[in-house]
Amino acid sequence: MQVYIPTPLRSYTTEPFVEAQGPTLGALLTDLDRRFPGIRFRMVDEQERMRRHIRFFVNGLPASDLAHGLHPADEVFIVQALSGG
Amino acid sequence: MVGKKKTKKVVKPARKSKLALRARMQTKGDNLVLVSTRKGAWLFHGDSTRKNWRADGPHFLGQIVNHMVLDPRDGKTLLAAASTGHLGPTIFRSSDLGRSWTEVNKPPAFQKVGDGEQGRSVKRSFWLTPAHANEPDVWYAGTSPQGIFRSEDGGQNWEAFSGLNDDPQYRAWMGTEQDGTPDGPMLHSIIVDPRDPKHLYFGMSSGGVHETTDGGKNWRPLVDGMEVVEGFDVKNMAFHDPHCVQLCPSNPDRLYQQNHCGIYRLDRPSKTWQRVGRAMPKEIGDIGFPMTIHPRDHDVAWVFPMDGQTVWPRTSINGEPCVYATRDGGRSWKRSANGLPKSQAWWTVKRQAMAADGCNPVGLYFGTTSGELWMSRDEGGRWDCVARHLPEIYAVETAMLK
Repeated sequence: MQVYIPTPLRSYTTEPFVEAQGPTLGALLTDLDRRFPGIRFRMVDEQERMRRHIRFFVNGLPASDLAHGLHPADEVFIVQALSGG
Repeated sequence: MVGKKKTKKVVKPARKSKLALRARMQTKGDNLVLVSTRKGAWLFHGDSTRKNWRADGPHFLGQIVNHMVLDPRDGKTLLAAASTGHLGPTIFRSSDLGRSWTEVNKPPAFQKVGDGEQGRSVKRSFWLTPAHANEPDVWYAGTSPQGIFRSEDGGQNWEAFSGLNDDPQYRAWMGTEQDGTPDGPMLHSIIVDPRDPKHLYFGMSSGGVHETTDGGKNWRPLVDGMEVVEGFDVKNMAFHDPHCVQLCPSNPDRLYQQNHCGIYRLDRPSKTWQRVGRAMPKEIGDIGFPMTIHPRDHDVAWVFPMDGQTVWPRTSINGEPCVYATRDGGRSWKRSANGLPKSQAWWTVKRQAMAADGCNPVGLYFGTTSGELWMSRDEGGRWDCVARHLPEIYAVETAMLK
């Protein structure tokens, strides 16, 4: 499925849209990490918690759990959510 | 995922062609000042007079760089501990003085805990220390929340060092899950005895000063003589707040310390710190964050006093920035402010943001949170501004290009 990559992570992918697969959001990020080593740890910490300033949207709706189920036709958006200067 | 084999990812520096051009201009004998800031990192190249400085940067524009260190063992490898507002912490490595950077394979990370347990996650790698000269690929890192990590392959892969991170007693002193002070307590001042790679010290802010003599198998606190905030229990390790600990390059048996509560000196084998800051003028006091030591004279050290009264402004006292120097091991202190603003300069200098070079006379450097880099070519006789308008400066390190 197609995954949108926000600008802070483009140093890994170069492209704004990349292909990755997985039955869950967590598995999708693992697949992404296979192609772009290191990218997952920047979004998910060592305790499998999403980092504070990263948000995930599946088909336009927020997904707050790495166990969130995915279908091959889904569209996943990774969004930066920074506050302050 | 952390921990699996990865191919290296090259991070393209901004304005690559200009950086490459600048890198080729590096010459042997250049003085290098490494400046880490909240929005990127800079390398300042000074010629042999240290009067002319060339800025190479920004590297990692917009990234939070807590510490950038040149490996003194090979004179060319740089490690930079970085994160961004959005992304988790990592470490970048350069083997060509910043012409190109590669993200390391496995940055410091705590152990994954079982379901239902509260595990720690590294918020930032705060401190980097190259290990002993006989261990050329070994590095140590201190993190927030507090943990100590070690790499044995030049910074590519990091593992928890010595079991300390999960030791129940140290775990209590380090603070519990993501707590301590609200912005996170920091493990810092990792010091390796130049005579013995198994003899290490580190500081926890807060959590005290600690020592091992067997390569990390056993650790013990080294806090006797250190004071804590009035009314608190000196026996409670969590109340001990060393801000910066330094070992004298010319005498590994002497350490100095700028603490939340004073300036101290320790002469080993003694285990009791002496509060040499008592000799500071009363109106200045002995509160601050950084401290730096003369490379060849263990009696000479410099501090940057800050206001620790009432609500702890942590700014230059009365808005009059000054460095204080001792030339007799802390028995007396002398003001050094020639060239610094005389009024209305409310500077803060962080614990990693003051350094000395190896020249004769010694060059001193400090960076302010308001983004100014200052230096003295004559051990504090006169101060000059090297750079203004940088982002908030977190760390200043020096090196001589081989």
